[in-house]
Amino acid sequence: MAKITLKDLSHSYLKTQSSNLDWAVRDVNIDWEDGGAYALLGPSGCGKTTLLNIISGLINPTKGDILFDDKMVSNLNPVERNIAQIFQFPVIYDTMTVYDNLAFPLKNRKIEEDKIKAKVHEIADMLELSSTLNNRASGLTADGKQKISLGRGLVRSDVNAIMFDEPLTVIDPHLKWILRSKLKELHQKINRTMIYVTHDQTEALTFADQVVVMHEGQIVQTGTPVDLFEKPKHTFVGYFIGSPGMNLLPCEFKEGYVMLNGKKIETHTKVKSNNFSKTEIGVRPEFINFSSDGIPVKVLSVSNTGRHKIVDTQSQSGKIKMIAKASEDIPSGSAFLSFKKEYTYAYGDDWIIE
Amino acid sequence: MNKTINQKAWFFVIPVFVLVAFNAIIPLMTVVNYAFQETFGNNVFMWEGTRWFKQIMLSERFHASLGRQFLFTFIILFIQIPLGIAIALTMPKEGIGVPICLVLMSMPLLIPWNVVGAMWNIFALPDIGFLGHSLNALGFDYNFTQQIGDAWFTTILMDVWHWTSLVVLLSYAGLQSIQPAYYQAAEIDGASRWAVFTKIELPKMKKVLTIAILLRFMDSFMIYTEPFVLTGGGPGNATAFLSIDLVKMALGQFDLGPAAAMSLIYFFIVLLVCWVFYTLMMRNEGNQ
Repeated sequence: MAKITLKDLSHSYLKTQSSNLDWAVRDVNIDWEDGGAYALLGPSGCGKTTLLNIISGLINPTKGDILFDDKMVSNLNPVERNIAQIFQFPVIYDTMTVYDNLAFPLKNRKIEEDKIKAKVHEIADMLELSSTLNNRASGLTADGKQKISLGRGLVRSDVNAIMFDEPLTVIDPHLKWILRSKLKELHQKINRTMIYVTHDQTEALTFADQVVVMHEGQIVQTGTPVDLFEKPKHTFVGYFIGSPGMNLLPCEFKEGYVMLNGKKIETHTKVKSNNFSKTEIGVRPEFINFSSDGIPVKVLSVSNTGRHKIVDTQSQSGKIKMIAKASEDIPSGSAFLSFKKEYTYAYGDDWIIE
Repeated sequence: MNKTINQKAWFFVIPVFVLVAFNAIIPLMTVVNYAFQETFGNNVFMWEGTRWFKQIMLSERFHASLGRQFLFTFIILFIQIPLGIAIALTMPKEGIGVPICLVLMSMPLLIPWNVVGAMWNIFALPDIGFLGHSLNALGFDYNFTQQIGDAWFTTILMDVWHWTSLVVLLSYAGLQSIQPAYYQAAEIDGASRWAVFTKIELPKMKKVLTIAILLRFMDSFMIYTEPFVLTGGGPGNATAFLSIDLVKMALGQFDLGPAAAMSLIYFFIVLLVCWVFYTLMMRNEGNQ
């Protein structure tokens, strides 16, 4: 039960670092508020697990500090930090029964037997493990085993945070949904900080109040799912979140506007000088309309998803995807597109211009 | 699925059958032949039924060597298995130390058995051997050629030196295959080092340890060359284990009938112990 602060945190698995790519995690500054439901979202290999292991104390960071409620914990071990962590693959103690597995973290902390019993039964009920409590854990299915792993993380009621490292990887899709809503429900019930690592945006957006997006070891944006959707601060957030992702087109920055294919386009924030090596304009397919005047494109294909149509078009600067209503008529051949100004952003070297 | 029936398939089994016949079945059948008959040479055989078996089963000499054999095997298992696990636990998990340790560990396993016996014989000689001379210089009255306790001590020490590595290598392989997440989870769960060992490492090593115990049981139960070169079964019959006694009976006294019966009993004991042990160890594997 604490606010967790990471300050100027960097970690490398190498002894010497020559470039940014040698860092697994770099320059991370973030506050995890007490009781928040966070998702740590990013592709495989972006440093999510490393960051999680640093918070729990399994890894000592190369640089930077970890604070719980403004108290330095950088030198404390996982037990002293009092963190629960659930791993990607189910970890169970083969020789023990389900009950003993769930009781194990409590027994190690010398809690009285009747308290353990009550707590284990409570968690087992919640995870629907009650009927198997006396079975040997090794005989269970993959999702049963992962439920035990989850349960071991949940039995301790005094933890500072519970961290999930892609816990639903081995779970069947229909159970995934159930377990995820269970976790969400649990969060509301016990009101403890939860950090949920995943590379699946649906999982992240449904579980979390705040989503932290990581890319190549850096945190590129923290915000609500709506923030990430409506105002991606980094091109990576733009194309990683949303389906299809944000359209990003190379363009020129002028004083106050952006030039795309020789057309003047206004963006959410007025751009200024142009000293970036890469300049792009970004707009989500949801915020593009057909119009009588705008960016000239050729309609390539239309796919109907039922709720709406995804239209692939080709402009001079690259492909543009747009989403149209299912009822809308799609022009064939040439057409013009207009972007909604308040959701159109300019990006210099991948970062938003504000 | 319907199985195709084609008697020609037997044809393909013939090579294996011939091979097994020549290296196992035929020699075994000669032994069986001797075990039920009496011969005075010249290929003259007389039917004796189960007489040799009764004789062996009731003989005090057999009981004594069987007892020595079990004692020896239990002692070396009792030392080698825990010692092997302990060494495997302390070996480095990565880096340059890994190949160094592995090569050092494999060395004793590569030395021929009679060389091991000869080495230890010279090493332990009370007057000129390094071990024997040093022990005597330190005030111990050590002479493995004369004193029963010293002979046992030396034989066991030799076997531990020769074979603990096998247990180490198998245990090490078992330990290396444990995923890091298990250790991390245990750390998070606040498990003690002892709990990590008993709840994670030992259960995960169960299969390789079963193999290690089986191999060490069979090898030590059939041990011949090393004690034969080291002590020759002496002093007296003190280190005459089953196979040494068997060879004495078969080739020394030329009692082919009783020796053949003893070989068969010996063989069945090994088979029985292995089967019982393996069945017990694998009893709970079915539901996994």
